[in-house]
Amino acid sequence: MGGSGCGKTTLLRLIGGQLSPSKGAVRIDGQDIASLDREGMYAMRRKMGMLFQFGALFTDMTVFENIAFQLREHTTLPEDMIRDLVLMKLNAVGLRGTAKLFPAELSGGMARRVALARAVALDPMLIMYDEPFAGLDPISLSVVGQTIRKLNNALGATSIVVTHDIVESLQIVDYLYFISDGRIVGQGTPDEIRSSDEPFVKQFVHAELDGPVPFHYPATDYSEQLGLKPMAPAMQSKANT
Amino acid sequence: MIDALRGLGKRGVNGIWRGGAMARFFILILANSGMSFRRFQLTIREIYFAGVMSLVIIMVSGLFIGMVLGLQGFETLQQYGAEETMGVLVALSLVRELGPVVTGLLFASRAGSAITAEIGLMKATEQLKAMDMMAIDPVARVVAPRFWAGVISMPLLAALFSAAGIFGGYLVATELVGVDSGVFWSNMHAAVDFRYDVLNGFVKSVVFGVAISIIATFEGFDADPTAEGVARATTRTVVTSALAVLLLDLILTGFMLRGN
Repeated sequence: MGGSGCGKTTLLRLIGGQLSPSKGAVRIDGQDIASLDREGMYAMRRKMGMLFQFGALFTDMTVFENIAFQLREHTTLPEDMIRDLVLMKLNAVGLRGTAKLFPAELSGGMARRVALARAVALDPMLIMYDEPFAGLDPISLSVVGQTIRKLNNALGATSIVVTHDIVESLQIVDYLYFISDGRIVGQGTPDEIRSSDEPFVKQFVHAELDGPVPFHYPATDYSEQLGLKPMAPAMQSKANT
Repeated sequence: MIDALRGLGKRGVNGIWRGGAMARFFILILANSGMSFRRFQLTIREIYFAGVMSLVIIMVSGLFIGMVLGLQGFETLQQYGAEETMGVLVALSLVRELGPVVTGLLFASRAGSAITAEIGLMKATEQLKAMDMMAIDPVARVVAPRFWAGVISMPLLAALFSAAGIFGGYLVATELVGVDSGVFWSNMHAAVDFRYDVLNGFVKSVVFGVAISIIATFEGFDADPTAEGVARATTRTVVTSALAVLLLDLILTGFMLRGN
């Protein structure tokens, strides 16, 4: 969790091996991601699921085909078994009825849930969610949040949710980390976070206007810029030339 | 002056860089082409979108161009009393030059731009990244089938273009000008050589197909992942493909002419 542009998504890309770290290492299941070759990386990614910010459903395939995609590409299961598996995944997110629709025919919240079903199609051990709540109305948001929690419990997987939606995440997660400027500035269980005195966490949780994250973008002195106060000598000589 | 020079140099270097990147992309596609043939239905689907969907514009354009050739040819040929050789004029112009070149230009604007837009859009909406995260290589699964579909469609479309054009020329010659249909066909038959005319035209259309397909897939894959970036990439595909087709045509024609 953290403000916009603090490196949350970059962190997910590092875990997924889409970026390689310039310093340090990312270990999943004991393996250093950056040291894997292409085959090893793809083998590792089969054990991961990822939900992209706006779903990233394949627009030229139906909902059914989207979820069947990995099963068809990576397994040799017979088609009737794939059908059953896909319908089970869809049922888990409550959208069995949309199997024949195309992604363009779904609402934002529904598309996100289909993407969720697709992310868990191969029963991954690690699921990453990149801003799963972005741009959703309160009902869809809560549905997506609850579904994430439910799926995680059912699969016994590890879930990493990257978000800035404090209200929803406090309800569904076990543990939170706050990131600012590329470092962890606070962590704890939801209860610890609610009562935290750490300035950044406090500002974030209570959505305060000013704090460690300033309201103003760095700028020159306000009254100076408006000409209400004589400029500093250095500025003045520059203004005269 | 210096700035203008610098700008010129920058564009030159940039152009060379893009050419190199495209060549590397070509090798990448070739290295990842296994799936396109192992699961040929993937390629067939793209042949439908690139080839079959281009049929109408290709056939209609071919018909019109053949008719225009007939009319223009009649204008000149009748001065020498050689209207009977109209079939030869129409067929040779189409099979050797206009067939592959005009088909290439039309194919670039109809199918090439669509391929770029589709791949670019998949990139902009993170579909390619999502596929990569699912351990499926987007070059093998998305790019290569589209590339091969373009390479396979192009010569077929060029052949149909020429056929439609010859039919258009035939209509003008027999119905409008009054050339005997037997004379039209037999003159054409005698003059058009399989090895030097038909085969060379075929080679051209294959080369254009490869060029357009690389440009279209590369521009899509390389597009800035925004709506604006995709729009710019689509324009670049059409412009670059048109230039590439015309330049390659010049080079190939230079190699192919017999010089007698």
